[in-house]
Amino acid sequence: MQILHNTNFDFIRWRWHALILSSTLIIAGLIFALAHGGVPLGIDFSGGTLVVLQFDQPVHEDQVRKALDVVPGDKVVQKYGDDSAHQIMIRLPQVNDAEKGFSLERGATGASDAIKKAGLPSFKVIRTEVVGPVVGADLQEKGLYATLFSILGLTVYIALRFRLIFAVGAIIATFHDIFIVFTMLAFFNYELSLNIVAAVLTIIGYSVNDTIVIFDRVRENARLLRREPLDKVVNLSVNQTLGRTIITSGVTFLSVVALYLFGGEVLRGFAFAMIVGIISGTYSTVFIAATIAIILSGRKASAGRAAVPVEEAVERPRRTGGGRNVRVS
Amino acid sequence: MNKSLRWRILAIAGVIAICAWAIYPPSQTVRLGLDLKGGVHLILRVQTDDALRLETETAMERLREELVKGGAASVTATAQSVSEFQIAGVTPDHDAQLRQAAAEIEQTYDRDSGVNGTYSFKMKPNIANQLRTETVDQAIRTIERRVNELGVAEPIVAKQGAQDQIMVELPGVTDVSHAKEIIRSTSLLELKLVEQGPVSSKEQLMTNGAVPPDTEIVPGVPSGRAAEGGTVYYLVHRVPVVSGRDLRTAKPSLDENNRPAVSFSLKPDGATKFGNFTGSNIGRYLAIVLDKRVVSAPVIEGRISDEGRIAGNFTQQEAQDLSLTLRSGALPASLTYLEERTIGPSLGADSIRAGVVASLVGLGLVVLFMLAFYKLSGINAIVAMTVNLLVLMALMVYFHATMTLPGIAGFILTIGMGVDSNVLIFERIKEELLASKGVRAAVQAGFDRVFLTILDTHVASLIAAAFLFQFGTGPIRGFATTLTIGLLTNVFTSVFVSRALFEVVLGQSRTAKISI
Repeated sequence: MQILHNTNFDFIRWRWHALILSSTLIIAGLIFALAHGGVPLGIDFSGGTLVVLQFDQPVHEDQVRKALDVVPGDKVVQKYGDDSAHQIMIRLPQVNDAEKGFSLERGATGASDAIKKAGLPSFKVIRTEVVGPVVGADLQEKGLYATLFSILGLTVYIALRFRLIFAVGAIIATFHDIFIVFTMLAFFNYELSLNIVAAVLTIIGYSVNDTIVIFDRVRENARLLRREPLDKVVNLSVNQTLGRTIITSGVTFLSVVALYLFGGEVLRGFAFAMIVGIISGTYSTVFIAATIAIILSGRKASAGRAAVPVEEAVERPRRTGGGRNVRVS
Repeated sequence: MNKSLRWRILAIAGVIAICAWAIYPPSQTVRLGLDLKGGVHLILRVQTDDALRLETETAMERLREELVKGGAASVTATAQSVSEFQIAGVTPDHDAQLRQAAAEIEQTYDRDSGVNGTYSFKMKPNIANQLRTETVDQAIRTIERRVNELGVAEPIVAKQGAQDQIMVELPGVTDVSHAKEIIRSTSLLELKLVEQGPVSSKEQLMTNGAVPPDTEIVPGVPSGRAAEGGTVYYLVHRVPVVSGRDLRTAKPSLDENNRPAVSFSLKPDGATKFGNFTGSNIGRYLAIVLDKRVVSAPVIEGRISDEGRIAGNFTQQEAQDLSLTLRSGALPASLTYLEERTIGPSLGADSIRAGVVASLVGLGLVVLFMLAFYKLSGINAIVAMTVNLLVLMALMVYFHATMTLPGIAGFILTIGMGVDSNVLIFERIKEELLASKGVRAAVQAGFDRVFLTILDTHVASLIAAAFLFQFGTGPIRGFATTLTIGLLTNVFTSVFVSRALFEVVLGQSRTAKISI
């Protein structure tokens, strides 16, 4: 089956539209995030206590919430997993003196004691997580470093293997994906956890992976079509790899959707971030990474060509380019 | 079939056979992480200040005693911090004596003289650091022994991140609070001679408002039942006769009233010391001090050399736990918990089920997708993917990597990366076919041209995975491990295996057609 046969979409023509769309999305996301106090931090980063209880019979969150009134602090009570599982997740805030030994677990035992007293159906604790402030701050720092250093490492690698402007394009596309993922996480009220950081790092790898495939083709084509301007070569390369981009994204997308639907509660945030990341990564590969490289190179290299209206400059050589390609490669 | 291809096929068959053998049977060879198996993950901080404080106080006390012995009665000593102390009131005629006494500790402490016969001592920074490191190492060894005595299968006790943190992972443990209690109890055992007591208030033990020299006040529970009254106090000698270090072994037993107690025996050195001591102190009381509290203070009835018993209102469980922690040695410093994660075994089982279902559904979708797009060549991709997963599993078993929930996500992503390589190659072959080359040439060009791309994308992903591993903890590391191994095996299967398969197919048909 061949879904795309010798496509000739003029992606480069849409670069400004794409940049405006992306900027709008990111700015809207930032405003939304700021209005809601940023992406909510999960207990991995904020510290605190998380308890998941499994009840014998169905209980409503409100019942649990009421039972927990005696426990001080802002609590979050949520249904966890499938309805049939009768699982409830309780989150308690960081206790100030939590570093002092056993008081770290006081929150967890206090909560289950309070529920026992309230006469709710019997339950067992199936998961407890207690993170002290030291570890929380530590994990925050580590997550940030992991992200920044991997981006730096990738930039250096692309700059070495390709050209610096490509590296800049790839990195801007990567940041674009990260911003989009965080915006969506904030919008759908997911908490930032270690798993989400893992997802973000995977998305960085994935997005750069996608970009490299196109850049590789650009490098190859640039050698064959020495006299063509970069924007034309890029457009050709994007078209040539379009089949691959769509199939790969489609397949990965399917497996991640499977993870989202069947992977259980623990991986849901991870899978959600991956879904958003794959969509954004595919889009940014085509519309952001390459166009940034072109914009950067255009400013440096071709002052004369810039006088020609963009559409015309792209339109004309594109057709001949498409035909010539078949012969050359 | 040419010779090189025959060798390659043999090599692939060999790899598959070895991998299949390595992971058989999967239920026993694949190590499951805490999130799948259930268990406890703890991060503890070793209060290394404790060890420094002990070192400083010992040095300070020794110096003071030395001076007092030499007649400098007015000397006072105060600890400034965990690594600093000050000696004051040294008169000029005792100056030489101080210098001589201080020479003993000058390898550990820097001395600084102030006005009016004041001297301050500060532990050298490198010594302090060394002491902290040693304390953490010793704590790790002690915890390891305790965890092993608890009978936990495949526990992990390791230094974690910052200098003074220890990570403990106990798979399959359900009684968390008991495990925590065992790990955390300092179990510092000291046997000290009682000077006075028990009395109900500290003041009764002081002479002129101060504790008599070379002694200290230690709280304890009344010798009768614990409920009878509040805390009582004993005045005991500061220097213990024997301590936990002199223990050879300890085991739960019963006292003369058939109540749970702990019997211990001493190492030869300690036994000699203890024998002499008890022999010359018959009729006096001996305080058994555990973690700075007197648990009992029996009368010395005769010379005891190498056997002893600790009685003190224990329950059966307490006696058992105490003998365990005594056997494994005292912790060099107290511990605090920084992080605790407990996964119940039922939740772990649910997660395995969810992970397996998600993987199978993902795998099924990919198989359908590839068959629909690439027809018979899709089978090639599926074979490559299957070999990839098999080799990945085998390598994980070989490296004793732990399978975690994010690790399963890593599997799914490996599938994605593998399919990506296949798609890249297949799409390129299609293009080359369109350029009306021969089938063989098209396949060859497809693999050759795409190899560089695959290399670039994989190196880039490896860079990301490396940082993930470097900064990640627990489950995230599991993910990074799976992804890294998966990326490496993927280059082997999508390039080497897939190409050999194509050549086998092409080699047999004369017309050299390809279904792609």
